[in-house]
Amino acid sequence: MAGLTRADVEHVAYLARLGLTEAELDLLEGQLNHILDQYAKLAELDTSAIPPTAQTIELENILRDDVVTPSLPVEAVLGNAPARSGDFVVVPPILGGEPA
Amino acid sequence: MASPATVGDPTRLFGHEMAARLRAGEVSSHELTGAHLDVAERQNRALNAWLTIDRERALAEAAEADRRLAEARAAGPTALAALHPLFGLPVALKDLVSVAGGQCTAGSRILEGYVAPYDAHITERLREAGAVILGKTNMDEFAMGSSTEHSAFGPTSNPWALDRVPGGSSGGSAAAVAAYHAPFGIGTDTGGSIRQPGALTGIVGMKPTYGRVSRYGIVAFASSLDQIGPLTRDVRDAAALLHAVAGRDERDSTSAPVPVPDDLVNLPASDDEAAAWLRGKRLGLPKEYFVAGMEPGVETSVRSAVAALEAAGARIEEVSLPHTDYGLATYYIVAPAEASANLARYDGVRYGRSVRLEGADFIADYLATRGQGFGAEVKRRIMLGTYALSAGYYDAFYLKAQKVRTLIKRDFDDVFAAGFDALVAPTSPTVAFRFGARLADPVAMYLSDACTLPVNIAGLPGVSIPCGLSEGLPVGLQIIGGPWTEPTVLRAARAYEAVTAGAAWRRFEPTDLAAADDPATPTPAERAGSIH
Repeated sequence: MAGLTRADVEHVAYLARLGLTEAELDLLEGQLNHILDQYAKLAELDTSAIPPTAQTIELENILRDDVVTPSLPVEAVLGNAPARSGDFVVVPPILGGEPA
Repeated sequence: MASPATVGDPTRLFGHEMAARLRAGEVSSHELTGAHLDVAERQNRALNAWLTIDRERALAEAAEADRRLAEARAAGPTALAALHPLFGLPVALKDLVSVAGGQCTAGSRILEGYVAPYDAHITERLREAGAVILGKTNMDEFAMGSSTEHSAFGPTSNPWALDRVPGGSSGGSAAAVAAYHAPFGIGTDTGGSIRQPGALTGIVGMKPTYGRVSRYGIVAFASSLDQIGPLTRDVRDAAALLHAVAGRDERDSTSAPVPVPDDLVNLPASDDEAAAWLRGKRLGLPKEYFVAGMEPGVETSVRSAVAALEAAGARIEEVSLPHTDYGLATYYIVAPAEASANLARYDGVRYGRSVRLEGADFIADYLATRGQGFGAEVKRRIMLGTYALSAGYYDAFYLKAQKVRTLIKRDFDDVFAAGFDALVAPTSPTVAFRFGARLADPVAMYLSDACTLPVNIAGLPGVSIPCGLSEGLPVGLQIIGGPWTEPTVLRAARAYEAVTAGAAWRRFEPTDLAAADDPATPTPAERAGSIH
């Protein structure tokens, strides 16, 4: 199985939105490759005719009636927001320009 | 089985013994709660089992329980009998269970300061049962680990040896229950995180069938594997705690509409009756679980436990679960993949730690928030999961692992279809290890769960019960059942408890309790730091 290069590690960290230090990237490159070596064992098994299992109890289409139920109080929910304006969470701008 | 009771100290009793004294009016919930709070507070410097201990709230809940108890007593025997076995008794919650208005860190800096806006389903159920919540216990960050060393708030010590880990990730709840801070502890188990710390601290730990307990209000790790369960000092208490929290809840669509048997609160009190259950039962011994790397002392204890079950009338037969060896790789693809998706929510926008950089774009804010908020093991798992799910690798890793998952599950299905009542195996290949012993090599840490994680992969119930000591440290026996057979698994565990009620090792208490009482003893972080 192909190993991860330093560039791969940096790319995956970016995909995962993890800001890592140089030291962390160095350590992870070695550790991740060591763990990926363990994964190679699965290639021993022919699974071409085996269906995947996503979870183990066979529940399907769990539905509920479309009725309004009470929601959590606004104060309880917004109390954890790092930045707040009235009854809204202030989010970082994603389309450029000055924040309103 | 009666507790090896130290007269006058109610914390040494089993939960069901406390319940009997409470109903008889020999002790109040307020007194019981106060006694447990005293020992928890006194020993927390040495053990770091608790992240929060809420004395005021716990005593208020206990006073309310005493008031309801007086009412029930006045109303007569029916009202008294209707009280749940947990009524008025102290419970320790792992710090990933939401309690409205309290912290819920999941052992992570990224949730430092977060205040839970609502009660978890199991918190509601515990309140309905009348249990008293003492506080929140330490854990590996986001339940990722087998030693509790990956907590952002320092490691927890094992009450049997303060320079050793209590196992993990539910190490705080396990240490608290083993050290008599509470008769009942709640843990979660994704790959062994209840059973392995149960084994390493010499107590009972059970992972129920996937879907048995609602996870509404629990911080998620790997959603197709996570399950909530009890940590207690005997099997009857484990069954009673499971009974209190189990059952369908429409807010968790994976909680199953399967009835919760009242059998759970009626496990035999008499040792003779409990042991009699074993006669003619077929117990399988999976040969693949006696792995290379297993300590000889662990193997000896587990083999003697199997012999004791056989002597009491069980039929023991060796069985094969041929895909056991593929469990580790399967688990370490599926669990990190699900974790990487679950942990995407920690973005510093709606709650939790938030870093907003002056003049930077939102991606830079995410990178900084998550880079600073998560610890090393969580970053490692997010990286593994992100890689396994990324374009070009999904089929080779995640889909492949899901197919092997089918094979591992079929191994168990075949054995139970052949008529076995349960399987018996070791819980952990080793006893509690020293701080730092497995930190440098993640794969060595992952191997701690080699005997427990196949049970999560297959979604089955499993319990670990103490079965002796090896070099003075506890060994766990694991009993595994088919889906929804918790009563069978717990009856088997209760039977084992009964046939070994007179065993010499049952009389030993955790060896370092006196050291844990000493206010001058080093903290677990100091002990761990002195090793590195």
